[in-house]
Amino acid sequence: MTDYKIHVLICGGTGCKSADSDELKKSLKQWIDEVGLEDDVQVVLTGCFGFCEKGPIVKVLPDNTFYVSVTPSDAEEIVKEHLLKGRVVQRLLYRDPNTHQQISDSKGMDFYKKQMRIALRNCGFINPENIQEYISRDGYMALGKCLTELTPEDTIQEIKDSGLRGRGGGGFPTGLKWEITRKSEADQKYVVCNADEGDPGAFMDRSILEGDPHSVIEAMSICGYCIGASKGLVYIRAEYPLAIERLKIALDQAREYGLLGEDILGTGFDFDIDIRLGAGAFVCGEETALIHSMEGKRGEPTFKPPFPSVSGFLGKPTNVNNVETFANIPVIINKGASWFNKIGTENSKGTKVFALAGKINNVGLIEVPMGTTLREVIYDIGGGIKDGKEFKSVQTGGPSGGCLTKNFLDTPIDYDNLLKAGSMMGSGGMIVMDEDDCMVAIARFYLEFILEESCGKCSPCRIGNKRLFEILDKITSGKGEEKDIERLILLSNVIKDTSLCGLGQTSPNPVLSTILNFRDEYLAHVNEKKCPSGQCKSLLKYEIIEDLCTGCTLCFRNCPVGAITGERRQPHYIDQSLCIKCGVCYEKCKFNAIKLT
Amino acid sequence: MTKIKTLDDLRRIKNEVQSKIKLRENSSSPEHLVQVKIGMATCGIASGARETMKYFIDELELQAIDAVVTQTGCMGFCYAEPTVEVTLPGKDPVVFGFVGKDKAREIIDVYIKRGELVDGIIPLSFKTIHD
Amino acid sequence: MDTVQLIIDNKPIVVKKGITILEAAASAGIHIPTLCHMKLEDLNIENKPGGCRICVVEVKGRRNLAPACCTEVADGMEINSHSIRVINARQTVLELILSDHPADCLICAKSGKCDLQDLAHNMGIREIHYKGEQSTYREDTSPAIIRDVDKCIMCRRCEMMCNEVQTVGVLSAINRGFTAVVAPAFEMNLDHSVCTYCGQCVAVCPTGALTEVDQTSHVIKALSDPTKTVVVQTAPAVRAALGEMFGMEPGTLVTGKLVAALRRLGFDYVFDTDFAADLTIMEEGTELLNRLTRFLNGDKDVNLPILTSCCPAWVKFFEHQFPQLKDIPSTARSPQQMFGSIAKSYFAEKMKISREDLVVVSIMPCVAKKYECGRDEFKVNGNPDVDYAITTRELAGLITLANINFNRLPDEEFDLPLGESSGAGVIFGTTGGVIEAAVRTAYELHTKKPLPRIDFTELRGMDGIRQATIDFGGFPLNIGIAHGLGNARRLLEKIESGESEFHAIEIMSCPGGCIGGGGQPYHHGDVEVLKKRQKAIYREDSMKKIRKSHENPYIIQLYEEYLGKPMSEKAHHLLHTAYFDRT
Repeated sequence: MTDYKIHVLICGGTGCKSADSDELKKSLKQWIDEVGLEDDVQVVLTGCFGFCEKGPIVKVLPDNTFYVSVTPSDAEEIVKEHLLKGRVVQRLLYRDPNTHQQISDSKGMDFYKKQMRIALRNCGFINPENIQEYISRDGYMALGKCLTELTPEDTIQEIKDSGLRGRGGGGFPTGLKWEITRKSEADQKYVVCNADEGDPGAFMDRSILEGDPHSVIEAMSICGYCIGASKGLVYIRAEYPLAIERLKIALDQAREYGLLGEDILGTGFDFDIDIRLGAGAFVCGEETALIHSMEGKRGEPTFKPPFPSVSGFLGKPTNVNNVETFANIPVIINKGASWFNKIGTENSKGTKVFALAGKINNVGLIEVPMGTTLREVIYDIGGGIKDGKEFKSVQTGGPSGGCLTKNFLDTPIDYDNLLKAGSMMGSGGMIVMDEDDCMVAIARFYLEFILEESCGKCSPCRIGNKRLFEILDKITSGKGEEKDIERLILLSNVIKDTSLCGLGQTSPNPVLSTILNFRDEYLAHVNEKKCPSGQCKSLLKYEIIEDLCTGCTLCFRNCPVGAITGERRQPHYIDQSLCIKCGVCYEKCKFNAIKLT
Repeated sequence: MTKIKTLDDLRRIKNEVQSKIKLRENSSSPEHLVQVKIGMATCGIASGARETMKYFIDELELQAIDAVVTQTGCMGFCYAEPTVEVTLPGKDPVVFGFVGKDKAREIIDVYIKRGELVDGIIPLSFKTIHD
Repeated sequence: MDTVQLIIDNKPIVVKKGITILEAAASAGIHIPTLCHMKLEDLNIENKPGGCRICVVEVKGRRNLAPACCTEVADGMEINSHSIRVINARQTVLELILSDHPADCLICAKSGKCDLQDLAHNMGIREIHYKGEQSTYREDTSPAIIRDVDKCIMCRRCEMMCNEVQTVGVLSAINRGFTAVVAPAFEMNLDHSVCTYCGQCVAVCPTGALTEVDQTSHVIKALSDPTKTVVVQTAPAVRAALGEMFGMEPGTLVTGKLVAALRRLGFDYVFDTDFAADLTIMEEGTELLNRLTRFLNGDKDVNLPILTSCCPAWVKFFEHQFPQLKDIPSTARSPQQMFGSIAKSYFAEKMKISREDLVVVSIMPCVAKKYECGRDEFKVNGNPDVDYAITTRELAGLITLANINFNRLPDEEFDLPLGESSGAGVIFGTTGGVIEAAVRTAYELHTKKPLPRIDFTELRGMDGIRQATIDFGGFPLNIGIAHGLGNARRLLEKIESGESEFHAIEIMSCPGGCIGGGGQPYHHGDVEVLKKRQKAIYREDSMKKIRKSHENPYIIQLYEEYLGKPMSEKAHHLLHTAYFDRT
């Protein structure tokens, strides 16, 4: 068995690869062989370090030395100096942007503090189907503490002091919500967990329920204790079979251990939880719609007030929080409000889970303290844009969030800043777009989603969004006029101003923010009938370059609609009125004689 | 299992479980206990984590390697599913991405048996409240 | 009483705490336009889904506009109901609604009575800036109601009526987004559903999405056929409402003009359903007395309470929802059907007209009557006892079509013999009337003594469920009254659970009884209209020379000449019916 003394890890992520990490590996190996260290040093290509801005990255183990922006020509020095003589190559070390100090040990780098896992603390660490593993990581200690040491008022005060705000979208202060529900008098109250995650691309709630279901059960019990409820309900979409399964197992185990049921921990507190399945309607994420759905009624929102905390499920006071919000609760109780509220920004405390999606290298689930910038999330954690393309925009807040430009990359992410920038936190979807994405088509795409998911109750959302979609469709198919842009803005503002629930009040955000930030793209579509990103099919034009066409007839024979005419050995011609822009001719032509404009 | 009736019961169980897990983690006995955790969230399962897990269980048993294979939730590296975390006795955990059957065989043969790192490590880029 | 101070359109006002901005504005003389909102005060009927967004107003300090219909007033609120932001939003929302609504106003059944049309006019909409696809659905025609769903604007008034008020549960919103619409489950046709055809959906629909099946053309055809003798009967509630169609004040009694108009339309005999109402009392009252006598004699199996059966929607309701109770209601046919049956037997024989050559038309405040006259039990060899039932609204259309200046018509009298009626027959038109009429007769038949007083005010009113105990010569007769099928359901459930004990119960499907029927002139959410019609009905009763059904000389004559006595075999054959389990 070979026992390597030193491991050299080279980032093999897409970003670093394009920055020549393959060549670097070759070069390092060469020099290691050259100096005769091949039996002592192993060179390994790894996944992305998520630090692509400074790539390629090289990490030397066991001393954790972290080199940045390493080129193949640096290989010799690393091998001869560091590996052979044990002297760190100072000039390649990462320099802290604030202190300008060079840092050699990667564990001391800020970068590794960029992600901080509170809600996801147990996801990927414990076996979610084993309650003991949850207990081993302080599980149910928070509930125990509340039941034995804290009054409901104390507990609510702790949550209020922590500054925790709802993670489902609205950002309402959680402690305040609990307090209102506590003060509503009734013979029965309910704790509802909203697990109806509906934003396209967002899956943090699913992941928490799949990876750490007990954290939600524990938090709901604490909430029950605080508001005076003995009954909890988890409203979860039926499309999440694994999460449902894991939750059921967890509920059974908690009951078996006496952590749910009657007289919990001998304190006389009773609490139990049922599961309610939803059919997966986006609007049922809105709490009044969710409650109607749980009651077996049509899932559509009603006017608030009355808020569910006063009159909710079956007309009883009901506290609705989403999964991620609940997952934070036990930690706040265990570690204290003062620990929690040191994390984050002034008005947004703690961390937020984001689902990174789109044209980003490290698609996945991340959790960062509030106040982290978009640049850090996209470049440092997300590993930058796929295939080395140019960043164009990031869309936050789900289908009704806004599209932010690179001007916002250094804005710290929190509830208020995102709102100010014309977007919102939402449930934490983050979709990254690159230079190939057409922003008009993106706006159209989101409107299409909204059309499917609007409940249809109020006129502006039901009809207004349809009309917005139709105008966008007209623009992307090359039939738009400049005045359509103004009509989009006017209509969007009325929809925002008059819609019944949060869905309609935010649905025009993608339209407004893309017009605000990418008006030139709209203008190109309506005035020049061109899609700058080449995404809008109807605006593409395939043309044959006469000089290059040999008249081989290949395109003519393959065109599915007979739009190409021409004599053998003579240049061919595409009839634009017949062309369906399928692109077959473009693919088939062996002489590059077909151009796309 | 008897019910947990008081907070003290809960603390006792926590200590028991913790020491059990510590034992597992810090085992310095010659019989190496290798821990393999498979990310079994929807994203992992969709990319074949079930097959990977089954392969690890079968293969480690076949090769008589003393190992514990467990499942866990999403580690967040959804672009690299299935992901597998391997903890060798006395060493820091290492996460591997894109672990199909072939990669699993390589991990067993090269990392678990020989202690050599293999390509495809995913560097952890977060800390939890337990760190 | 707690009050709040607020400012609306620069006007400081003090209003009751807990009311809405809409109500507060109204109290200050500011009329904020609404579309989906509808409130029938005192009947506990309110539709405020907050869906149409027409009533939005600007509230200082609020991020978005507030719907006036469901936003409660708060102390210190500053409201602007007509700022440019509000007007722009209101017009745009209305344009959006219109952009998804067929623009066939000129030929729409609802033209001139349409809330949406009025709103478009009042809002000064001259152009629809956001044109686009319009939703299209299949038209659904049933025996009584037509659903032209393209015209649905999702105000949900019909849904509220069908579910909350009537507890029938046929209409509800289905689909999502742009395709959302109110329809029976799975977009079934109404005639495959448990719809009772009560027509309350039609009564409240602000557009032409729900209308009655128009049968006026059949009537015109019959009237112009020289081989046919056409007789007409008019229900009591019609005379208290028809005037509204010609600009008269609600509650104007137009009995004499109604008769004159019908005569001018060419009906050969103008009769009165009130005559048949008197006949109904003879049969139903006798049935009540028979059951009571058996009960007082210790018969434990007797079916009590007796339930009235004049209302066809109520009959269909219990056939669907309470089939276990189908032996409890009186077997007496409704006045419309008694009239048809007697017209095509007694009258036809008397006049020597063959059944096939006699056409019976009824003028009804009701759309369910269209369905009722089509029921198989009410046909002889396929020939219906009542050929056509048209609504008060359809009659107004006919009158206009025939160039009759209704307002200038003289008062005329009904023809005899089927046109004579008592005041008891008249009050059939309002909730509580049937049972009062029955009491007037049953009391005298039971006690053999004249009534000490004729007006039973304890049975009158607008409360959804009412009860009273009448001294029946020493026996306390417990009477229950429900109007609105939801109230009927609650009352029946009380009986089933043994919570209440009644001897006789009157049930009417429509809130207010027939005066609020689905075929009446649209009340547009104004409950005062219903109250005025109710007053008119009692006024007509009090002006009648005969106030009790059994004193109607032509009823007496009918029994003497033809039927024998109430509940006789012939009466049973012609005037009674059976009910079916429709579950």
